[in-house]
Amino acid sequence: MKIVTKAYGPLDIDERQVIQFPYGLIGFEQFKVFALLDASQQPFYWLQSLDVPDIAFVLINPLLFRPDYTPDVAEEDLEDLQLDQPDDLLVFSIVTIPENQNRMTANLQGPVLINRKKKIGRQSISLNPNWRVKHVILEELAALKD
Amino acid sequence: MIGDSIEISVVDIKGDQVKLGIRAPKKVKVYRKEVYENIQRENRAALQSTGTLPSLEPFLEQQKKKEKP
Repeated sequence: MKIVTKAYGPLDIDERQVIQFPYGLIGFEQFKVFALLDASQQPFYWLQSLDVPDIAFVLINPLLFRPDYTPDVAEEDLEDLQLDQPDDLLVFSIVTIPENQNRMTANLQGPVLINRKKKIGRQSISLNPNWRVKHVILEELAALKD
Repeated sequence: MIGDSIEISVVDIKGDQVKLGIRAPKKVKVYRKEVYENIQRENRAALQSTGTLPSLEPFLEQQKKKEKP
């Protein structure tokens, strides 16, 4: 199917890349259908709205820089995802990239959870106070060496 | 009490500040409004991300090397 993306313009994607977000994202509740795309720059992904091309978020797997990360979300949120098995769960963090890209941050407090089998997603709020909305990715990577 | 299962109590009073405790079953989500608003704000900031994505590869490579004994 053909879609229009913020990063790459028109793209032909597989229907299996389409994820339903029944509640949208926090503050963007009106956008309920997204495509999950590999970014041309690894290890990033794009979460691209199918309704409005300008609505697109950069995602990253938080375990790359926080191997100890667990989303710690409410059971109710997990129920919404209708998981048959834990392996079906994908966990992403939304990335904010400022002009100084070295200061790019990942939001570990508002993880994006996706049931990859049933193609259902939601943004949750972590109940773990250690996770904040801005974790500087390069700082976290540097801290890993110790 | 709110319903049968949510209990709100005053934990502490200091000057003009009142600390409330909320006891709710794990199934019920209780968030502070600020947390919700922070995430909302961060989502908006994320939308303004620069179009070109940075390369993390050199940093991840470094990491892999470190992990090897």
